[in-house]
Amino acid sequence: MSESPTAPLKTADGVSLKTSLRRAVRRSKLKALLLVSPLLAFLLIAFLMPLFDMLWRSVDNPEVSTALPQTSQALADWDGASLPDEPVFAALAADLEAGAEARNLGLVSSRLNYEKSGMRSAIMGTARRVDTLEAPYKTALIDINDDWGELATWRVIKRESSPYTLSYYLAAVDRQYSPDGEIVAVPDYMQVYVTLFWRTFWMSAVIMVMTLVLGYPVAFLLANLPLRHSNLLMILVLLPFWTSLLVRTTTWIAILQSQGVLNDMMVALGIIADEARWQMIHNKLGTIVAMTHILLPFMILPLYSVMKTIPPSYMHAARSLGGKPFLCFRRVYFPLTIPGIAAGGILVFILSIGYYITPALVGGQSGRFITNYIAYHMQTSLNWGLAAAIASILLFVVVVCYLVFNRLIGVDKVKLG
Amino acid sequence: MTQTLEAAPQTQAATDSACFARFRNVQKSYDGVELVVKDFNLDVRQGEFVTLLGPSGSGKTTCLMMMAGFETPTHGEILLKDEPINGLPPHKRGIGMVFQNYALFPHMTVAENLAFPLEVRHLSKAEIKQKVQRALSMVRLEEFGDRRPAQLSGGQQQRVALARALVFEPELVLMDEPLGALDKNLREEMQYEIKRIHAELGVTMIYVTHDQTEALTMSDRIAVFNDGVVQQLASPDTLYEQPENAFVAYFIGENNRLRGEVTELSGERCKVRLDSGETVFAKPVAVAEAGARTTLSLRPERVSLVREGSHDFENRFPAKVQEVIYLGDHLRTRLAVCGNDEFIIKTPNADGHTVLRPGETVEIGWSSADCRALDA
Ligand SMILES: Nc1ncnc2c1ncn2[C@@H]1O[C@H](COP(=O)(O)OP(=O)(O)O)[C@@H](O)[C@H]1O
Ligand SMILES: [Mg+2]
Repeated sequence: MSESPTAPLKTADGVSLKTSLRRAVRRSKLKALLLVSPLLAFLLIAFLMPLFDMLWRSVDNPEVSTALPQTSQALADWDGASLPDEPVFAALAADLEAGAEARNLGLVSSRLNYEKSGMRSAIMGTARRVDTLEAPYKTALIDINDDWGELATWRVIKRESSPYTLSYYLAAVDRQYSPDGEIVAVPDYMQVYVTLFWRTFWMSAVIMVMTLVLGYPVAFLLANLPLRHSNLLMILVLLPFWTSLLVRTTTWIAILQSQGVLNDMMVALGIIADEARWQMIHNKLGTIVAMTHILLPFMILPLYSVMKTIPPSYMHAARSLGGKPFLCFRRVYFPLTIPGIAAGGILVFILSIGYYITPALVGGQSGRFITNYIAYHMQTSLNWGLAAAIASILLFVVVVCYLVFNRLIGVDKVKLG
Repeated sequence: MTQTLEAAPQTQAATDSACFARFRNVQKSYDGVELVVKDFNLDVRQGEFVTLLGPSGSGKTTCLMMMAGFETPTHGEILLKDEPINGLPPHKRGIGMVFQNYALFPHMTVAENLAFPLEVRHLSKAEIKQKVQRALSMVRLEEFGDRRPAQLSGGQQQRVALARALVFEPELVLMDEPLGALDKNLREEMQYEIKRIHAELGVTMIYVTHDQTEALTMSDRIAVFNDGVVQQLASPDTLYEQPENAFVAYFIGENNRLRGEVTELSGERCKVRLDSGETVFAKPVAVAEAGARTTLSLRPERVSLVREGSHDFENRFPAKVQEVIYLGDHLRTRLAVCGNDEFIIKTPNADGHTVLRPGETVEIGWSSADCRALDA
C-alpha cells in the first residue's frame, strides 16, 4: 500500500470517509427527527413549558418591583440599620398614588402580606388616603399607619423588591424570614409541610414495600406457571388498569368504611363488637391499602419481566449442587431479581409520592400527602408560588431517586413486559 | 419393540454388586394422558460412561431430571447404590449436573460459582480455595477465577460448568446435551476433555445427546431412546454392527432399507421376498416366523460392486447409477436397486477402482450375514 497507515481513509471519489459517513447518517437522522416531531412539539407545549413555568413561578417575585418601582429603587442604597430617610417615603407616596390611580395594588399588598401580616391594610389603607398626603412624607405616612414607622416593614419591602425570592421555598419547608431577615422556623402551630413531606416519603416507602411483598410471589408465578395459567393470571394483574382509578378508590371506601363490607363481616362473625367497628378509611391505613392496590401492577410488571429471563436451570443447578431450597433462592434467584425489585420499587415510589386523587379521597386528614397541599394552593389559596415551590421540591426528590437508581442499577433494566 | 435391558447373563452377578445407579420400570407422564417415558430400565455400573441417545422429544431429559430429582417418576423406582431415592430432594442426592446452557450463576465470578457447592457443604475457607484451584486447573482455567461467566467464551463456560459439577466430588455426574451449543471443532475438543476427566476421576457419568457421533466416540455403553422406550442398550460397536431393530439401524450410522416378507426361516439364514419381487438372503435378527413383514438393513460400506474375479455373493442384483458424489477419500454412489432408488454404496477412491457414471447399470452384491432382517 502506498498510503501511510495513519492517513485518513477516503472513499472512491476522494471524500474523506468520516465526511461521507456523516452525510449518510445525517439523512436518516433527519428522517427520524421528522417522525418524532409531533410528539416533540406536544411534549414541548404540554409538558416542558409548564414545567419551566412552574420552576419559574417558584422563584419569580415581580409584585413589589413592578407595583412600587420608585420605592424599590430608593431602597437599593438603604443600609437597613435604621428607618429610611425622607426620599424613600416620598418615593413610596408617589408609587402609592400611581398605584391607586391604576388600581393595581392588590397583588403587591397580598404578596407583602404573606411575608408580614398587616401589610395589606397598611398599603390599601394608605393608598385610599394618598390624596391627602403632603411633605414631609415620612411623618405623614407614619401618621396614617404605624407600620411605616417599623424597621421590619422596610426590610420586608427591600427584600421583596428583588425580582427573585427564596421565600416560597422557605415556606415550603416551614421556614420564614425573621423581621431581622434571618431564616427561622415558623411557629409550631403553623408547621405543616415538613411533616407532610416526611409522611409522603415514609408512606410511599411503606407502599413500595407492601407492593414488593405482595407482588414478588405473583410475579414469580407469572414467570413460571405454564402459559395457559400465566395468561389468566396476567389478565388478573392487568384488570385494575381497565377500571377507572376513581372506581377503584371508591370501592375501597365501600369495603373499608365503618359501615362497610369488611366491618360488617367481622361484626357478623363476632370478631369485633358492633360498637367497636374499626376505622380503616380516611386515615393512613386507608391511603396505604388503596395505594398498594392501585400501584401493585407497577411492581409486578418489572419484576415479571426480569424473572421471565431467569431460566429454571439456575435453580436446578443450585439445587443439584447441594443447596437447600431457601438457600438457593437467597443466593441465586433473589440476587438475579434485584434489578426488577429496584425498577419496580423506584417506579412505585415515584408514582406514589406524586399521587393525588387517592390520598385525597381515602386519606382523611391524617393520610393526606404533600400533593394534596399543592392542589390546595393551586385551587383554593391561589398561592401558586408556594404550590410551585412544593412541586419543585418533589421534582427534585424524584430526579435524585432516578439518578441514584440509574447509578446503582441502570435505567435500561426497567421493562414492563 | 420393547427390550428388557438387564445386562447379559454372564455379567449379571458382577453388576448386582457394582451396579451404581438403576432405573427400574420407570414411567413418566406430565399430563396424565401420554407416557413420555414408557418402561425405562437401565443399570449403570460404577465408573461407567453411559449415554442416552435419541431424537429430540424422546424423553432423555425427562429421565435425567428424574435421576436428579427435579421430576418424580409416575411409576417405578430409581435406585442409587441400591437405595431407592424417589423421595429424596435434589440437594440431598449428591449428583453433579451439567446443563445444556451451562447455568453458570451470572452474578458470581467463576471462582464463586465453583465455591458454591462447597460453601453449602460448610467446608473451611482454606479447603474451598484449594479445591476451587484444583478444579480450575483440571479444566485448564487457572487464570480465569475472577472473571464473570459472561466474560468467557462458550467453550470456557462449558469447562467451568463441568468443573462446578465435579468440584464437590460427586460419584455420579449427569450431562444433558452439554456440547449442544458449541461449534464443531470445540465440540470435538470438549468430547476429548470430558473423556479425559472421566478416565482421570473414575466418576460414573450419564450423558445425554442426540448426536450419534458424539455418543459413539465417548460412551462405554449407549441406550438408544425412541418414543419413551429404550430400543437397544449396547456398546458402540455392537450398536453399529448389530442393530437389533429398524430404528436403531436407521438412527445409528447410514443404512439402506429394503422391505419385504419372510418366506423361509431357518436358524442363521432366512429368505425374504421383497415388495419389488426379488428374493434376498438375510440374517434373521428380529423376525419371529415365516410370513412376517421385515425391514432389511444394510450398511453402505458392506455392499460391493461385483467384478470379474471378486468373490461370490449370495445376493447379486443389477443396479442403475443415479448420482455420484465425490467425497475425496471415497465416493458415495446413489443407486436404484430392487425398487429403492435411495440405495447408497460407498466405494473407496482407490487405485484401479471403477469409476461409475450416472445412467450406467452395474451389478452389486452383499453377503447374507451383513444383511439384517429386522422388524417391519
Ligand atoms: N415440564 C414438562 N411438562 C410437560 N411436558 C413436558 C415437560 N418436559 C418435557 N415434556 C414433554 O415430554 C417429551 C419428552 O421431552 P424431553 O424429555 O425433554 O425429551 P428430550 O430431552 O429427549 O428431547 C416431549 O414431548 C416434551 O414436550
Ligand atoms: Mg432434552
